[in-house]
Amino acid sequence: MPVREGTYGLLAEFDTPGELVRAAKAAYGSGWRRLDCYTPYPLEEAAEAIGFHRDEVSLVCLLGGLLGLAAMYGLETWISVWGYPLNIGGRPYYSWVAFMIPAYEWTILYAGLSAAFGMLAMCGLPSLYHPLFNAPNFRNGATNDKFFLCLEADDPKFVLDEARKFLEDQSPVSVVEVEY
Amino acid sequence: MATKDVKINDPMRDPVTGENRVIAPGHTLRSVTEKISRIVLTSHTPLGWFGGIMVASGVATLLAICVTWLFLRGVGIWGITQPVAWGFAIINFVWWIGIGHAGTLISAILLLFKQTWRNSINRFAEAMTLFAVVCAGMFPLIHVGRPWLGYWLFPYPNTMNVWPQFRSPLLWDVFAVSTYATISVVFWYIGLVPDFGTMRDRAKSKVGQYIYGMVSLGWRGSVRHWVRYETASLLLAGLATPLVLSVHTVISFDFAVALLPGWHTTIFPPYFVAGAIYSGFAMVITLAVPIRKFYHLEDMITIRHIENMGKVMLTTGLIVAYGYSMEVFMAWYSASHWEYFMMWNRMFGPMGWSYWVLITCNIALPQLLWLRAWRRSPSLMFLMSLIVNTGMWFERFVIVVTSLTRDYLPSSWGTYKATRWDYGTFVGTLGLFTVLFFLFIRFVPMIPMQEIKVLLPQSKVREEAEPLPEAGD
Repeated sequence: MPVREGTYGLLAEFDTPGELVRAAKAAYGSGWRRLDCYTPYPLEEAAEAIGFHRDEVSLVCLLGGLLGLAAMYGLETWISVWGYPLNIGGRPYYSWVAFMIPAYEWTILYAGLSAAFGMLAMCGLPSLYHPLFNAPNFRNGATNDKFFLCLEADDPKFVLDEARKFLEDQSPVSVVEVEY
Repeated sequence: MATKDVKINDPMRDPVTGENRVIAPGHTLRSVTEKISRIVLTSHTPLGWFGGIMVASGVATLLAICVTWLFLRGVGIWGITQPVAWGFAIINFVWWIGIGHAGTLISAILLLFKQTWRNSINRFAEAMTLFAVVCAGMFPLIHVGRPWLGYWLFPYPNTMNVWPQFRSPLLWDVFAVSTYATISVVFWYIGLVPDFGTMRDRAKSKVGQYIYGMVSLGWRGSVRHWVRYETASLLLAGLATPLVLSVHTVISFDFAVALLPGWHTTIFPPYFVAGAIYSGFAMVITLAVPIRKFYHLEDMITIRHIENMGKVMLTTGLIVAYGYSMEVFMAWYSASHWEYFMMWNRMFGPMGWSYWVLITCNIALPQLLWLRAWRRSPSLMFLMSLIVNTGMWFERFVIVVTSLTRDYLPSSWGTYKATRWDYGTFVGTLGLFTVLFFLFIRFVPMIPMQEIKVLLPQSKVREEAEPLPEAGD
């Protein structure tokens, strides 16, 4: 990954979730698109305020589950009918009732693993380094009791002074510039 | 609930509804972080912790000794014989895995039902699940007699060209239990990631920052991540719910699919699942009562939690009682000699005492849970949890042993007597379980901080002038 230099974005700190959501709505409303909020617990209103409504975790989970179902059911059928047919008390080789049980378990196994790892992958995690960790107040508050709004420098609207003025108008506790 | 018996100044009661609070008033986002992370990040490990883990390690050593001797001498050191080829190993397997089920119930099913009181107990209930599955999973492996060939249970291409036989419930068990263990680990870990982020940011030592930094995967609390995270948690809960029901169902198939009188019944799946949840909740209480006392967590694991768990125990206990009475009824109603004799033998045969221990511990004494005062007393609930878990162990003993000792023809009858190695192995797993639990409460935040924060009134987005309600409403 190339080393990036310069400004990652401007980070405003708020004391309450209400102030954060108001600021996020204002930013989204005035055209900011490359922005994110950081909260110590899930805050749906903030996600909605920055226009993030739906995620694809459910879809990945569904596909994973179907894959698990097909994989185990196919394996059982192949083993019992073609690979290694055994006569067990005269039961049919293709005993679909019995096959459903391991197939059911693998549906859940694959769906669960897909949901968990799919979620992490979509979030870009693990990523042990992130520019925001350079901000002195971020690590004190973001996972504890503070609420952050970050306007990112990638946004075409981003001009440092204007962005700073915009954030300061939202009455935050502080606004800091985050370096890469 | 009636409001008239509310004490006016009781801080743990909501003055409007009279309900017990889920969390004591006066907590802030910061105080929640402080209180929970301090237990882990303190540099002064309490002496009691050292004392506890020393005793537990001593007991766990017994397990190491027993298993070593087992590997040297073989399963002949146990009391298993013909016709009782499934002795303590299977009893303990079913008992432990049943205990694990309450953890999944609390973390998954109660999440789907939006029972917010579960938030403070779900993390350690789930840890309990993992450690119980560790203890449970060991038993079938050491019971197979040739544990080094345990991997033959899995379907894999091999030079012998043999494959597993998928019509056997014992093979279904392999997939049920391995899936259960995997999904429990994943669900638990995903729940921990944000809290590990908090620990990383609050750790003072470099080592702590590195380790918590690694395991937090770089979590930074972006709301986009939170949205996906919440979806994934709900999906995992939705998947774990049918999973937990299926696991004990499949385990009951090990018995129910066999043709032995006392095993071959259709009531087994639901009554095994209810019994699993019953014993699991008992184990949660066994753990929660000393922990909340020792770490002064009474304001987060409140009387309401204890009382609610008592109610769940009472309910599942009654389902179990229904299962027992149906067994008796069907033994009579089926008009089968074998069934009739099985039930008579269970009650009045040479091991009849174990049946009455089971009835006393699982049905008679738990009726005390109807008393509100009992459910609201941590020490009495602790006592009840020990009684119930004793009863549930005897339930499995009765099912496994009395059914096997006397099946059809008296010529094939036998008896069963556990040896000291059987007892040693069982007691040893209790030690292993406790050691793992001690390590967990020392190094991992045992109450999910982010889930407690959601319960605080400060966490809600409010209009400007609205007054701040009290915590826990």
